[in-house]
Amino acid sequence: MAKITFIQHNGTEIIANGVAGMTVMETAVKHQVPGIDADCGGACACATCHIYIEPEWREKVGARNPMEEDMLDFAFDVRDNSRLSCQIKVSDALDGLRVKVPEKQF
Amino acid sequence: MADVINTDVVIIGAGPCGLFTVFELGLLDIRCHVLDILDRPGGQCAELYPEKPIYDIPALPLVTGAELTSRLMEQAKPFKPEFHFNQMVTSLVKCGDNDFELKTDGDLVFNCKVVVIAAGGGSFMPKKPPIPGIEAYEGLSVFYSVKKMEAFRGKDVLIIGGGDSALDWVNNLQPIANSMTLLHRRDEFRAAPDSVNKMRELVAEGKMQLKIGQVTGLTGANGVLASAHVKGADGTMSEVTCNTMLPFFGLTMKLGPVADWGLNLHENLISVDTEKFETNVPGIFAVGDINTYPGKLKLILSGFHEAALMAQQAFRYINPGERLLFQYTTSSTNLQKKLGVA
Repeated sequence: MAKITFIQHNGTEIIANGVAGMTVMETAVKHQVPGIDADCGGACACATCHIYIEPEWREKVGARNPMEEDMLDFAFDVRDNSRLSCQIKVSDALDGLRVKVPEKQF
Repeated sequence: MADVINTDVVIIGAGPCGLFTVFELGLLDIRCHVLDILDRPGGQCAELYPEKPIYDIPALPLVTGAELTSRLMEQAKPFKPEFHFNQMVTSLVKCGDNDFELKTDGDLVFNCKVVVIAAGGGSFMPKKPPIPGIEAYEGLSVFYSVKKMEAFRGKDVLIIGGGDSALDWVNNLQPIANSMTLLHRRDEFRAAPDSVNKMRELVAEGKMQLKIGQVTGLTGANGVLASAHVKGADGTMSEVTCNTMLPFFGLTMKLGPVADWGLNLHENLISVDTEKFETNVPGIFAVGDINTYPGKLKLILSGFHEAALMAQQAFRYINPGERLLFQYTTSSTNLQKKLGVA
């Protein structure tokens, strides 16, 4: 079990319990976190589960994979800490993870 | 106004379920026209994951989206479906007792007895980047597709993106544009290597500009663009002078005009029964990912099943009073003749 905090664009925080093996995207969808659209359902084919990893967590979460890097071309306002949440697997090591949700996916 | 095309059935959507509907209707001697907003068959299989393997098609342990599409096209071929690509259905209305009139944004008009909506996740539409104030320029100086190249002659064009659409239009429009700038968030491109090389040659020859960064805002007045504000990879801001902008951020699926046809919807899906997969409007059916009913699974194989059952009821509408004989393709010479194998 890993607690994941989704920080909305307006500052509201939603805390969700992630189960190891699930993705951060699935955790968000299960907890109905606004701003995570996940149109393609996790196939890394749409870039509508774009999130920003809080600085202190970037190293633990790790780097983008090449497919994800390509797909981020379809996101808006991509930053150094941008990730697609469907490509991050929840694990105990990510307990306490904090991520920001963009104003809107597009 | 174009001539009206009269046909038994119009299928909206040329994805896997739409294509298999052609086959099931064909076995019952019903001919169809198939419309799709994309420029080719396959739907999501063609647009989203042509190369990705699919593992849950019965009897095909592994098939790619592109291969599944080409196999379904082959299976439908004996029934000579007529395809109309790049067409979005804009209106669907009942006319007379038993007919529907269907119009597209490409000015096609159909008159038919049965409509099958096999539109998957809805219409593929270009993704519109949420740049503040972009709406004021859309259709005037910001475009999401190129309908006529001539419209870009003499313009200062800014193209955004790193895929095939962006690179193709950079290379095609550069000779007629007054100036051409390509903006992409990184110096790596997903487009075909040939088009990337061609673009790099144009840059080397000083015929166009390549900028790495992302658009954050626009300047202009009355819908006429003057410049785009660009944030570079290192965070520095700069301006690109342009009076025309073409953002290519891929496609997204939207339900679109389907919502306006008087059909019962449930969470943006079309409600159908599980015997005939018919909507609340008799004669309009929905199969595949776009429909919903208790226990619905969004699987390609579910859509195939739905198409077979739906075809039975379509036969009754098209041939009122005629007896529908159930036959197997393995044993029926009649069916085998239709398939061109007997």
